[in-house]
Amino acid sequence: MSTLTAPRTTRTLRPGMAARILVLLVAAALTLGPVLWTLSTSLRTPSESFNLPPQFLPLNPDFTSYVEVFQQVNMVLLVVNSALVTLLIAVGQMATAALAGYAFARLSFKGKNALFSVVLATMMVPVQVTIVPVFMLIRGMGLSDTLLALILPAIPTAFGTFLMRQYFLGLPNDFAEAAALDGASPWRTFRSVYAPLAVPGMAIVGILAFNFHWNEFFRPLILTISQENYTLPLGLVTLQGNLGTGSISVVLAGVILSMIPALVVFIFGQRTLREGLTAGASK
Amino acid sequence: MSTPTLKNTTGTTTPAPPTRSSAAARRQRSLAERLIAPLFLAPTVVGMAIFTIVPILGSILLAFFRWDIISAPEFVGFSNFADIVNDPTVRVSFLNTIVFVVVAVTLQLGIAMALAVAIQGRMPNWLRVFFRSAFFFPLILSAASVSIFMGYLFNEQFGVVNWMLSLIGIPAVPWLTTSGGAAAVVVLVYVWQNFGFSFLLFIGGLASIPRELHEASALDGATGWRQFVNVTLPLLSPTVLVASVMAIVSALQIFDQPYVLTRGGPGDSTRTAVMVIFESAFQQLEFGRASAIGLVLMMLIMAITALQFRLSRRFVFYQ
Repeated sequence: MSTLTAPRTTRTLRPGMAARILVLLVAAALTLGPVLWTLSTSLRTPSESFNLPPQFLPLNPDFTSYVEVFQQVNMVLLVVNSALVTLLIAVGQMATAALAGYAFARLSFKGKNALFSVVLATMMVPVQVTIVPVFMLIRGMGLSDTLLALILPAIPTAFGTFLMRQYFLGLPNDFAEAAALDGASPWRTFRSVYAPLAVPGMAIVGILAFNFHWNEFFRPLILTISQENYTLPLGLVTLQGNLGTGSISVVLAGVILSMIPALVVFIFGQRTLREGLTAGASK
Repeated sequence: MSTPTLKNTTGTTTPAPPTRSSAAARRQRSLAERLIAPLFLAPTVVGMAIFTIVPILGSILLAFFRWDIISAPEFVGFSNFADIVNDPTVRVSFLNTIVFVVVAVTLQLGIAMALAVAIQGRMPNWLRVFFRSAFFFPLILSAASVSIFMGYLFNEQFGVVNWMLSLIGIPAVPWLTTSGGAAAVVVLVYVWQNFGFSFLLFIGGLASIPRELHEASALDGATGWRQFVNVTLPLLSPTVLVASVMAIVSALQIFDQPYVLTRGGPGDSTRTAVMVIFESAFQQLEFGRASAIGLVLMMLIMAITALQFRLSRRFVFYQ
């Protein structure tokens, strides 16, 4: 997206340009305003947190609410649970999607296209449709109210498999031929030649999984029962329910803390995340 | 999705006439591939069989039974499906969901399109990056967290929204305690978080339109709105279609926002289809009814996806 435009078009665009930038600025203010308010309010003292006029910039930061939120809920446990669940899902998805994507892209076997169609079709199945039987399966497996109940069903990924297949199809074929001439087995060709080249593709799968499952609310709400197994979003909603509107800065401090990992991904992996999110549109 | 060219990528064909020894090596290799392929596929395919295929079949079966997990399941025919029409709560929830989808998706696509077109003009690159990052930002947040702080912002007494309205002389709006207000908040909060996704799709689509077409139409005297309607929009139609389908499919599944903001209230005014699935199954222990509602929702999603392929053949203008 270059900023260069032919001089002629520039002149025809100019009159509306100020208006366009104004519209964009208003939209950006409406988008970022609530987040800035959340940050500033979390840095007010609990007793001042619902005072008006509101604050959008934290001019006199007060960290009482950040201390308080650790006393109100077991923040450490929530963070550990969320991190465990999210990381294990991300790693599991990266590994299984790379393997399956490689098979669909580069191995020859019977029924490949039919099987791939079935995998793609599962993308259309919303999680809400399968949640009741999944809940029962989890109970049957004796995994009720464990973190594994959240992790295991989330690992097989149709979208990740699709992305990895595309990625492997985009890699040159010559390496496979060279590896075969050297007498490498299909596994060695994958492990030593193609898998290292596909790390950027796996990063997309991992970052997408992280972003989605870190923020996930519906499945944890159903599949976890005791508070020891709550993840962050569930813990924060429970805290909000318990505190009511008494000291909103404490809840907001929790909200801000829960955003930090997503913010890190946003800063360092925004491009990857953007590409991954929109990749589904071009299938 | 048939991919006939796929086989060529596995190295079973080469342009040069093969020598005997390399042909034998290749045969051996393809045998090895056939033997090892199941191991590559197993984690994904077995996992999907257990956690997606079996549950769908289970859901279909369960939809024809009344079952509370404790007593024996009782076959009830289509009565769980009839509930969707007859039970007032379920019926209202489906109607709410459909109204929500229409309003939220229209707003989401309209806002995203306007902003995507606005960002095309001449401006410093850092400003363009800033806008794009700002619109993208809500996508990385959890809908539950967003609903928590939005709930405070829309609070009737101390909420910032009503405080701002009071500055221009508008009396406090009971956002979350009236049916209309609560429904509006759910739509606004949802659109606030999701318009950035459609925006990303639209700027991708706009970037793929050749600049010469705009220049040529500008030479012909087409500017502004006319250029948008006659040149940009037809060329963008594939993106618009994909963006609409993706937006509709995800809006049909709305749950987090109304659950956190209103728990479906006041009354049933913000209860959605997925909330009824959740409540039927895990609060009323009506697992059969929950499954039936889930299946109807899935059929809606599949119908819309199928419609996408139909429409894309007929109306979408491909270059």
